[in-house]
Amino acid sequence: MDTLIQQLINGVTLGAVYALVALGYTMVYGIIGLINFAHGEVVMIGTMVAFTVIVSLAGSGMPPLLVLGIGLVVSTLVCMVLGWALERVAYRPLRHAPRLTPLITAIGMSIVLQNVAMIIWGRNYITFPPMIDKQIFELAGASFTNVQVSIVFLAALMMLGLIYLVHRMRIGMAMRATAQNPQVASLMGVDINRVIAMAFVIGSALGAIAGCMVGSYYEIAHYQMGFMLGLKAFTAAVLGGIGNLAGAMAGGLLLGVIEALGAGYIGDLTGDFLGSHYQDIFAFIVLIIVLMFRPSGLFGERTGDRA
Amino acid sequence: MSTAIGKSLARQRHWLALLVIAVVLLLVPFVAALGGQAWVCIANFAILYVFLALGLNIVVGYAGLLDLGYVAFYAVGAYAYALLASPHFAIHLPFWVILPCGAALACIFGVLLGAPTLKLRGDYLAIVTLGFGEIIRIFMNNLNAPINITNGAQGITLIDPIRIGDFSFSQDSTFLGLTLSGPQKYYFLLVALAILVIVVNIRLQDSRIGRAWQAIREDEVAAKACGINTRNIKLLAFAMGASFGGIAGGVFSAMQGFVSPESFSLMESITILAMVVLGGMGHIPGVILGAVLLTALPEALRYGIEPLQKMVFGRMIVDPESLRMLVFGLALVLVMRFRPAGLWPSPQRRRELSESAG
Repeated sequence: MDTLIQQLINGVTLGAVYALVALGYTMVYGIIGLINFAHGEVVMIGTMVAFTVIVSLAGSGMPPLLVLGIGLVVSTLVCMVLGWALERVAYRPLRHAPRLTPLITAIGMSIVLQNVAMIIWGRNYITFPPMIDKQIFELAGASFTNVQVSIVFLAALMMLGLIYLVHRMRIGMAMRATAQNPQVASLMGVDINRVIAMAFVIGSALGAIAGCMVGSYYEIAHYQMGFMLGLKAFTAAVLGGIGNLAGAMAGGLLLGVIEALGAGYIGDLTGDFLGSHYQDIFAFIVLIIVLMFRPSGLFGERTGDRA
Repeated sequence: MSTAIGKSLARQRHWLALLVIAVVLLLVPFVAALGGQAWVCIANFAILYVFLALGLNIVVGYAGLLDLGYVAFYAVGAYAYALLASPHFAIHLPFWVILPCGAALACIFGVLLGAPTLKLRGDYLAIVTLGFGEIIRIFMNNLNAPINITNGAQGITLIDPIRIGDFSFSQDSTFLGLTLSGPQKYYFLLVALAILVIVVNIRLQDSRIGRAWQAIREDEVAAKACGINTRNIKLLAFAMGASFGGIAGGVFSAMQGFVSPESFSLMESITILAMVVLGGMGHIPGVILGAVLLTALPEALRYGIEPLQKMVFGRMIVDPESLRMLVFGLALVLVMRFRPAGLWPSPQRRRELSESAG
């Protein structure tokens, strides 16, 4: 029972991060129907930039929370620019090319970003300085920290903000219109290019915030961390129904919980044949099962020829 | 009358080109050996990649199924060879037993991957195959406990070379006064295998099966309506591509004498896919060009970047390894940006693209 609650808490924390990253995938997919393969690297760059800012400001005597806030803002801004540039370089020129082409350019961009990160931040793991004084709370035999609480809280806040933006603001309306039918939307005076760029920018901002969360949760960062994270977040987006915002959030949380429970119980279930280092395969197994039985995801609409 | 002469001239030119290619292929290992055996090994890898890229070309180029986990089959073949011909399990079977076994095993894995993903297309298929490749790699990395099957991240060492009786591919031997080193012998073996796979590719291209694949690539619903059994034909593409990957893996194992999960990362899958796409999907000469270029480019960069940096800046500024990958990534972006059909696309495909653009 203790393990169950503990793993649920860990799963929700991790799931909140996945959900934020998944939103970036799902927004872009919902509008232009392409997987932004380099999104995971954007998240990684976000973590790295936050790390640099925090380390360089840590000795300045500013209150730690302010330092953390500055790191968050700077990395968000950097990632927004990066997301915009990514769209300009790898996607916009190829919007009418065969579907494989933008996938290859996105892979190329993610190789470039990874190696730029390796040149700047080195190929070793870097430790994230803890900025929040850790407090540990107890709940029914399981423990959680204030870091976890703030991650879940901040993620919830960002999601509410996004929902407000998409459903109440003008740019959100333009996004929904473009997702339904780009040609008609542009006839109605929507600037398609701007809307698509905005989707990339907003997605990248959310990714940067998720990156900072990962950094302060695990207190570790690496130039290759974006790949696995991106893949899992994509799984979360597919699980919830790609193109569906609420689906991405639910899918992220669900995947986080599945993964945490799986890692906690796989040893018992297989008689210690498989250990918790198989944690990473759960995401893929979930992905394959979902795509086999319900390719449109849990909350997605069934479409004939989309997948 | 004149067309008949033209045709026979074209045929003559065809044979002449083949002759030139044959002579060049024959000379490569000896010219490369002048710069050291390392260059022969690079040539070997170039041909191994030609082999792999042509195998993947069946899946991606002909059938249009985007496979990002191709390296899984390569890995299955390599580990099959490593486990059945090394001191790890103290089994030493001859290569002509293991290579077909590896190919068959990879083929089974191909069907295992293909069956659940039959309904998926495009990006979704790409992600699932990618996940499959990662699952295989994670298993290879971790199947050393509680029963040691793959020896984990350390990999398997001391794998037997390919051997026929007393004739081993790992030692020097002399024919008619000509001494051939181990890598040079593997070179000729690989060339023979590559020619085999090229012939299979050419024969498949215009066969009933090949045309069915192309029909599925262009429009699956229409292909089904024309009476093509899309399920079986797609599975066949997966199975054939996988078998080629399995054979390549076996040869890789024997040639290196060592396998570890590190050789089968996602990056490897991406590199092979990039060879197919950069060269020109579905066009055999293009794919060969892509494979040779992408094997040669990183090596050229490895040897070129260091002196270049020293010359320009006077010292090493950037780690050559990461710069090499950086250039690789940029090359992918630029080629796709300016030649979306690849460097050497098939004439038909080029026509289609220019029509749709115009």
